[in-house]
Amino acid sequence: MDTAKGVLVFGEIVDGKLAPVTIELLGAGRKLANELGEELSVLLLGSKGGSLGQEAIAFGADTVYTDTDSIFDVYNSDAYTQAASGLCKKALPAVMLFGHTDIGCDLAPRLNGRLGGGLAMDCLALAIDPATKFLVSTRPVYGGNARATMVAKAARPQMATVRPKTLPAAERNDSRQGKVVMIEDKIDPSVMKIKVMERIKEEVEGVKLEDAEVVVSGGRGIGSKQNFEMVKELARVLGGAVGATRPVCDEGWTPAGLQVGQSGKVVSPKVYIAVGVSGAMAHITGCLGSKCIVAINKDKEANIFNVAQLGLIADYKEVLPALTAKLKELKTA
Amino acid sequence: MHTIICVKQVLDPEIPPAKFKIDPETKKVIPPAGVPPVISVFDERAVEAACRLKDKNKGKITIISMGSAKAADVVRHTLSMGADDGIVLTDDAFENLDSFGTAYVLSKAIKKIGAFDLVLCGRQAADWGAGQVGSILGEMLGIPIITLACNIEVTGQALKIRRIVRDGFEVLEAPMPSLITVSSEIGLPRLPGGMGLMMARRKVIPTWKAVDIGAEAAMLDKANSHTEVTGLSVPTRKSECEMITGVTLVEAAGNLAARIIKLV
Repeated sequence: MDTAKGVLVFGEIVDGKLAPVTIELLGAGRKLANELGEELSVLLLGSKGGSLGQEAIAFGADTVYTDTDSIFDVYNSDAYTQAASGLCKKALPAVMLFGHTDIGCDLAPRLNGRLGGGLAMDCLALAIDPATKFLVSTRPVYGGNARATMVAKAARPQMATVRPKTLPAAERNDSRQGKVVMIEDKIDPSVMKIKVMERIKEEVEGVKLEDAEVVVSGGRGIGSKQNFEMVKELARVLGGAVGATRPVCDEGWTPAGLQVGQSGKVVSPKVYIAVGVSGAMAHITGCLGSKCIVAINKDKEANIFNVAQLGLIADYKEVLPALTAKLKELKTA
Repeated sequence: MHTIICVKQVLDPEIPPAKFKIDPETKKVIPPAGVPPVISVFDERAVEAACRLKDKNKGKITIISMGSAKAADVVRHTLSMGADDGIVLTDDAFENLDSFGTAYVLSKAIKKIGAFDLVLCGRQAADWGAGQVGSILGEMLGIPIITLACNIEVTGQALKIRRIVRDGFEVLEAPMPSLITVSSEIGLPRLPGGMGLMMARRKVIPTWKAVDIGAEAAMLDKANSHTEVTGLSVPTRKSECEMITGVTLVEAAGNLAARIIKLV
């Protein structure tokens, strides 16, 4: 473990650009590397890897490792695991960071299994213990009811997936210097056990839940699929996305893909409007990162009011039409 | 077709937050009185996925659960859903294992069970939510791993899997045996019928200890843990919710609208 040094960020490329979460990880990784007095490097896989190298350096990387084989242009678990584990065995990073994305969630645990490291998933904060120099990862557990801190004392690399939009993005400085290193090892085709047959983009009505600046969510209190239309209408007027709690999805009032919470999506919009949501932690954990939570519930004791910044104690049926109408009016004004 | 599913018994994640208590000293959760533990939601979906495969292709489902002797309750639940056999892995040495230790114990139990075509896990546990036992287990077993599945089918000798990605899903083809982690999008778990409940009650659920599966003491030694929990706390949330009011509800709604419009 004494030979393991430096911080390595697994970089993601989305639509030919560095993913926002990668820029956040470069910011966090830079700080950790400075505290350790070691290097920050980034791994960029895919044909854009080389051309984005300078950009990653501008965002804080000292070294960019890249393999521009087009095999990496579409995520393949087997190929990525082999490439990343190959690099880790050579570069021996002390710390490795991933975004808590569909790719990070697949790759990090697998890589951890292969390398025998110590991994904490879905982290909200990272720090270096000044005494031991261990990475201290903070993550939600028990559906957000509690926070745990974790360390890996001997296992290397110390790995973490970090929830997107949690840490501030790195600042760009185009005068920064760094080097780009091409990975020479070729992927052994015999490791490719899983074939990606097709990728299907799901068309969503309106705005995508994870990207939306406004989310309007309905809970069991909405009562029926028909009444859920009122929630959708408010979301539409605000140009926002529709969300729901697990019971609502289980009832089939909305598709499962709209579930916000521990077993669904994690969102952090500017405004999260929770209608008829009691506020079980399993749901709250999915929206706690919102700038402002607005709660509408007839039960003044509902837990949702403990996490909301704005509240309205009322039966939603009596206020939602007026609220929607007024917002429509203010929007057009 | 033989499917092995790893399931975990957890604190009911739907309990009201007021009932949630921890002991910061031992870094453990104090189970609230009168709230029975449940099967982890994702694991239950994995059982549902396996039952659907069995409905179509026949075969056998074996459940393993590492935990206290009480884990037999969740194993029995899966038997009532349609699983054929269940085993509980209980040993003092299994307590408080990290993800690596857990995957190791499961891998040893699977090797003892013998031949299989598919291993299913929930995508993460509903309590600690580490989300890595399945993948580490797959690496230990040396079989292909597919995570976040929302549909699984058998086509000839291969598995056809739909995997959830950010902007939709992927269709993957994997050989057998493979390990698949299942997400909730796979659909609701079935409710056990009367017959299933009766069969499940009668089934003998064996308990395996470390010695039964040949687990090495060094692999279960906490000193060799890959990760360690150094702190557990309940975040304090300031309840400074500003209540919007009005003479009438319509006026209150209007007042709320005026506040929301400033935020968007």
